[in-house]
Amino acid sequence: MAERSGVTGPSVVSKYVLRVVVLAYLLFLLVLPVVLIGWKTFQHGLGPFFDALTTHEALHAFQVTFIVALWAVALNTVFGVGTAILLVRHRFPGKRILNAVIDLPLAVSPVVVGLALILVYGRFSSFGGWLEDHGIKIIFSTPGMVLATVFVALPLVVRAVVPVLEEMGDEQEQAAQTLGAGRWQTFRRITVPGIRSALAYGIVLCLARALGEYGAVAVVSGRLVGQTQTLTLYVEERFQNFEQPAAFAAATALALIAIVSLLVIKLLQRKAD
Amino acid sequence: MAIEARHINKAFGATSVLQDVSVEVPSGSLTALLGPSGGGKSTLLRVIAGLEQPDSGTVLIAGADVTRLAPQRRNVGFVFQHYAAFKHMTVFDNIAFGLQIRKRPKNEIHKRVHELLELVHLDQFAKRYPAQLSGGQRQRMALARALAVEPEVLLLDEPFGALDAQVRKELRAWLRRLHDDVHVTTVFVTHDQEEAIEVADTIVVLAGGRVEQSGSPHEVYDNPANEFVMRFLGPVTELDGRLVRPHDIELTAEPEPGSAEATVERVVRLGFEVRVEMRLGDQDAWAQVTRGLAERLRLAPGETVHVRPGPDARTLAVV
Repeated sequence: MAERSGVTGPSVVSKYVLRVVVLAYLLFLLVLPVVLIGWKTFQHGLGPFFDALTTHEALHAFQVTFIVALWAVALNTVFGVGTAILLVRHRFPGKRILNAVIDLPLAVSPVVVGLALILVYGRFSSFGGWLEDHGIKIIFSTPGMVLATVFVALPLVVRAVVPVLEEMGDEQEQAAQTLGAGRWQTFRRITVPGIRSALAYGIVLCLARALGEYGAVAVVSGRLVGQTQTLTLYVEERFQNFEQPAAFAAATALALIAIVSLLVIKLLQRKAD
Repeated sequence: MAIEARHINKAFGATSVLQDVSVEVPSGSLTALLGPSGGGKSTLLRVIAGLEQPDSGTVLIAGADVTRLAPQRRNVGFVFQHYAAFKHMTVFDNIAFGLQIRKRPKNEIHKRVHELLELVHLDQFAKRYPAQLSGGQRQRMALARALAVEPEVLLLDEPFGALDAQVRKELRAWLRRLHDDVHVTTVFVTHDQEEAIEVADTIVVLAGGRVEQSGSPHEVYDNPANEFVMRFLGPVTELDGRLVRPHDIELTAEPEPGSAEATVERVVRLGFEVRVEMRLGDQDAWAQVTRGLAERLRLAPGETVHVRPGPDARTLAVV
């Protein structure tokens, strides 16, 4: 300790050099852009900010974003818990393959996901054409955007829940069964409380990912203003059209949502520990 | 019979764990499934509880065929080696779980849980969480939880296996007393022959997936069906091609009818008893004698003594 905190020249110099480098790095990468967006947004006070966010297009973009995000979170929660239980509690052929496939969305670019979905569900594919003939429109509409968002956020709930289920073991569930609880009662009263913190963590992560998704949604939505435009697409569109106040206001709103999610995640993590 | 398991076979993959096992447990008894680890005793208990499905065979509880019945419909109480406490519930809620599932009225649940808390001496811990209890307390809570639903049979899987020696001994005696009070048919799994002999009124010895012998502790100890049971239930030594309990060996200074000459190699004093290690021809043997006898015979390394099985000794020919 004495050596590290002592007055010996080189170590003190390297310590301060390291600090300056790290702080400068964070300053240019993170702090400056975020602060500038905030400053640009609130340059003329809160009024213009709220005005920019309450236009018809902005409100619609909020609505689309939340609808898509809520569906994606709901589907990923149900699917994620189910898959985690399948992976931890059951043995079946192909389990290792499923385990590997779950992580695929982390590696595949969202744009590729969007294109792949168009290939399957687009009007000119046989399956998508058949669906469209029966009045079900996937691509350029909400279901397609939900699918794209579900895909990119697929592993988040599963990966949060699996280690906790493993650590918990199945004895508590078996004990509940011998005490007369059926499968659903055991799941609701023993399994869910056991994975509660991890599940909440996974859900918040999934929500943050869903709100911020751009690439896959951009491809499958068709970017129809006032119809399939999410908040991220709205930011991009306004920026391209030189409507910077609207773009910055929406961007700030997204950033604020992200910061709140991050705080909730940290709180949940602390609670889980 | 409270439990009848008939011709149970069970294999995990290619490994056969139970082979044509048949066991009967009389109502109100306290039965030990005793055997070495990997002998199939835990699997048999889990088959009775419905936590494992047998490949073939029948399980009857109170005369009814429950082989295809899910565990929650068998009305058994099960206690796990590692407690399986519901971590997110208080001690009270843990014990109340089975009653709440059965939708009993609140005041009845309250009354019953407090009776059980008293029975297992945890009255002042009702509001605690399992993490705030010691191992022994957790296991008593698990026992109360299993008893709460008034099960037809109580099944305990190595219930004291995770506890330290002192607590283990206390809980053993306590389980025996509890059974005398509550009288629920109880089966417990153990690999500790002392525990089985001390607590149980019937012992079933299971090894290699088969029942080697069953009977009262007395019968199994004194009239072992084979060499394995004799070796597993207590210390043995070999004398003239026969297995004998070391405390059944008679030592004399002078030759007696049927005795053999032995040279004392080591004398170990273990408190009130003395362990005498000897050499008979080209074989080693040992005897357990009282301190008084060891002093009278002046047993010391190099001395010659004469040994034979005592008049009431049970012996078994070595195969």
